[in-house]
Amino acid sequence: MSREGIRDKVSIVGAGCCQFGENWDQSPSDMIVDAAYEAYADAGIDRPQEQIDAVFTGSLYSNKGPHECSDALKLFHKPVTMVSNYCATGTDAVRCGVLSIAAGMYDTVLVVGYDKPKDRGVSGPSVMLDGVRDLPKTPAGWFALCASTYFKKFGAGREDLARIAVKNHHNGTLAPKSFLKREITVEDVLKARMISWPFGLYDCAAQTDGAAAVVLTRTDLARNFRDDPVLVKAVTVQAGPNPQKDPGNDFLSWKPTVWAAEDAYRQAGISDPRSQIGIAQVHDCFSLTELLSYEDLGFCEKGSAKEHIASGDFELGGELPVNTDGGLKTFGHPTGATGVRMVYENTLQLQGRAEQRQVKNPKLALSHNIGGHPTACGIAILGTA
Amino acid sequence: MTTGICSYGAYVPPSRLALAAIAGRAASEDGPERAVAWNDEDSVTMGVAAAISCLAGFDRDSVDAVLFASTTYPFREKQGASLIARALDLRRDLRTQDHGGSLRAGTAALRSAADAVSAGSARSVLVIASDCRTAAPGSSLESAFGDGAAAFLVGDRDPIAQFEDWSSISDEIVDVWRAETDRFVHSWEDRFVVQEGYTPRLLEAVQALLEKTGSSIEDFDRLALYAPDRRSHATVARKLRARAEQLIDPLFGRLGNAGTAFAPLLLASALEQARPAERVLVSNYGDGADATALRITEHAEKLPPRRGVSWHLARRRPVASYDRYLKARSLNPTEWEAGSDPGLSATIHFRERDEDLSLRGQRCRGCSAIQFPPQRVCETCFSKDDFEPVRLSDRVGRVVTHTLDFFFPTPDPPTIVTVTEVDGARIHLQLVNCDPKTMRNGIPVEFVFRRIHQSGGRPNYYWKGSPLPEPPAGNET
Repeated sequence: MSREGIRDKVSIVGAGCCQFGENWDQSPSDMIVDAAYEAYADAGIDRPQEQIDAVFTGSLYSNKGPHECSDALKLFHKPVTMVSNYCATGTDAVRCGVLSIAAGMYDTVLVVGYDKPKDRGVSGPSVMLDGVRDLPKTPAGWFALCASTYFKKFGAGREDLARIAVKNHHNGTLAPKSFLKREITVEDVLKARMISWPFGLYDCAAQTDGAAAVVLTRTDLARNFRDDPVLVKAVTVQAGPNPQKDPGNDFLSWKPTVWAAEDAYRQAGISDPRSQIGIAQVHDCFSLTELLSYEDLGFCEKGSAKEHIASGDFELGGELPVNTDGGLKTFGHPTGATGVRMVYENTLQLQGRAEQRQVKNPKLALSHNIGGHPTACGIAILGTA
Repeated sequence: MTTGICSYGAYVPPSRLALAAIAGRAASEDGPERAVAWNDEDSVTMGVAAAISCLAGFDRDSVDAVLFASTTYPFREKQGASLIARALDLRRDLRTQDHGGSLRAGTAALRSAADAVSAGSARSVLVIASDCRTAAPGSSLESAFGDGAAAFLVGDRDPIAQFEDWSSISDEIVDVWRAETDRFVHSWEDRFVVQEGYTPRLLEAVQALLEKTGSSIEDFDRLALYAPDRRSHATVARKLRARAEQLIDPLFGRLGNAGTAFAPLLLASALEQARPAERVLVSNYGDGADATALRITEHAEKLPPRRGVSWHLARRRPVASYDRYLKARSLNPTEWEAGSDPGLSATIHFRERDEDLSLRGQRCRGCSAIQFPPQRVCETCFSKDDFEPVRLSDRVGRVVTHTLDFFFPTPDPPTIVTVTEVDGARIHLQLVNCDPKTMRNGIPVEFVFRRIHQSGGRPNYYWKGSPLPEPPAGNET
């Protein structure tokens, strides 16, 4: 492991995000253009073909490769790369952009994450069928496998999960670009139809289309773009074994998150995440995923999440607000877009531009994705200059 | 040399559809019903289940040939016996044959097996008869049919029942049939079928057997007689002057006419009940008739108890509604007809056949850890390409964690999904035969062969878990 990391070498100078939702009238290209041009404007870029040196895109569903993005933005005669890493795809695209600048290859890079699941004709995720074994391949069924074990060991239950959904629905009402903008109650969550026990409908993220983009540049050049650049403190992805066949899995936490947090905190020089991190965007594909992440990210002790949920620690006015924009719950989860959308939200929060949902004066902001069975985790930590 | 039946097994699907439900009436608790193969069952999976029970306690490597009899094997071209042999993880230098075309295929396969053993070309032949016939929804045939399978190990080593003799009559009659492109079985007027087909031919075959063996019907202790329905069974019994106590219960109103497997299931039922020195007569019908006489030997008492017809009939799960049955058998109209997609890659099927069909995992020679599926690099000690195959299908697993998936499409949600550990290997596994309300982690499960999906319009087979029955459950091993 190299002693020299990427901390503070790269800055975010522009961030953009299209309206997330059931974007029936928009193609992937339309959304890419919305997100990228907002990021350009944010960075004061008016000649992207000259000012962007390289592009990193992330998408899980696209079968068109990086050309879809370069064609939409007419960014040719430069390196364009597509990244795929399950739900960590967006974070991994950011990571590749950061590494390319830190390595001295490029000065300014555009990162675009997007996906368009609503073109597939199903209201939930499609049931994948790419082999004979491992059925049913439903994400809810995969992420639910920690519930029976965790509930038994730590005495948590569906009510604790419901409070997470209620919190995120509330935060979503304050985010202009979220899809769901409706307050819900714990009772609504508990009464909703069951998807995969213990997840009822409201324990699951929405399904939407979306795209998000950020402009990265060398920190020493950042103030040429904006006066308030945001520093990249850490960015990592970690691979884990498939928990369905991993002989050592205890089904009380997800290993990739634990490992990615360890690496990200080392890179950022964080010793006490609970007190040092000001806000976090955490992967809430399902309510339990967010609960486990509180613990796996070191925000609280293993098994204690329900007490912190009850005392409101992770609410917008709490000690460590989580999913300040409503998370995947209200934005939905266009897979490649999600990690970049989280970086967009953290950038706005660190710059004090998050309007009604603005958290007071955060210094460090974490974003987190976990996906696959789950088998991959991405974490990015940003900080104020 | 003595050729006979060395072991037997049976399978009747636990799902039972009330005949009242077919007729649109409310079902009473003890009213007549039929066994129905559920959406993940077919003639192959039922045949495998019967064969596993038949082979319990026998060395699978001793099997020299597999004969599979069915009129409802899912492929017209592509063999069933070889698929079943792979699911059973049998030897590769094996003779495999399918028998079909007639409900007599089961007894015909038994006779071929007996001939092969008597002729010395095989010492141990696994005969499987299995059928899952579909009749038009609401038809009288739908009420008459039932699904099931029986398996026999025919050999010359300590048979529990010795074949005495056989008779066969061939006939040409269009009475019950299913043409090349038909989905449902058709029947001509039932009075014609019984008066000109079933009754005279069955009696003719039985009479021929009695003459060949120099016996009268009185000399037999058990009569296992195929019949298309309860009434014609009674007619034949009366014409043979059979006493009620000689008759093996034909199980109308419980199992239903199980087609190719029906006479074999009645034979399995007879073997379950018979004592040494008793004589059993089996007769079957379909484009003619077969009859065979068997004598129970002293080895019958040494065969450990196994899952026979009575065990399976006792394990019963009433189907909630006729609509559920239609969904399970894909008989209801659907919004999306099966697409023209080519299904899973045949090359992937080919590469994965040991793990998917035989449930073969591997044991690492470096650290002894057992894992599934086979992989090049050890999950535990990272040693490379140093493994030996391990059959997991005959082991007992334990549920580590589970969820109830209501999203996955199935006729009766939720699907119980588990991570199940078997001797250290962990497998993502669906459970069957389990009430979601009482489902809990830690329960022991056995493996059952099932049709996992129909991608590409073809059955794709894999294993599921089934909670281990509480011991001692009836006459089960």
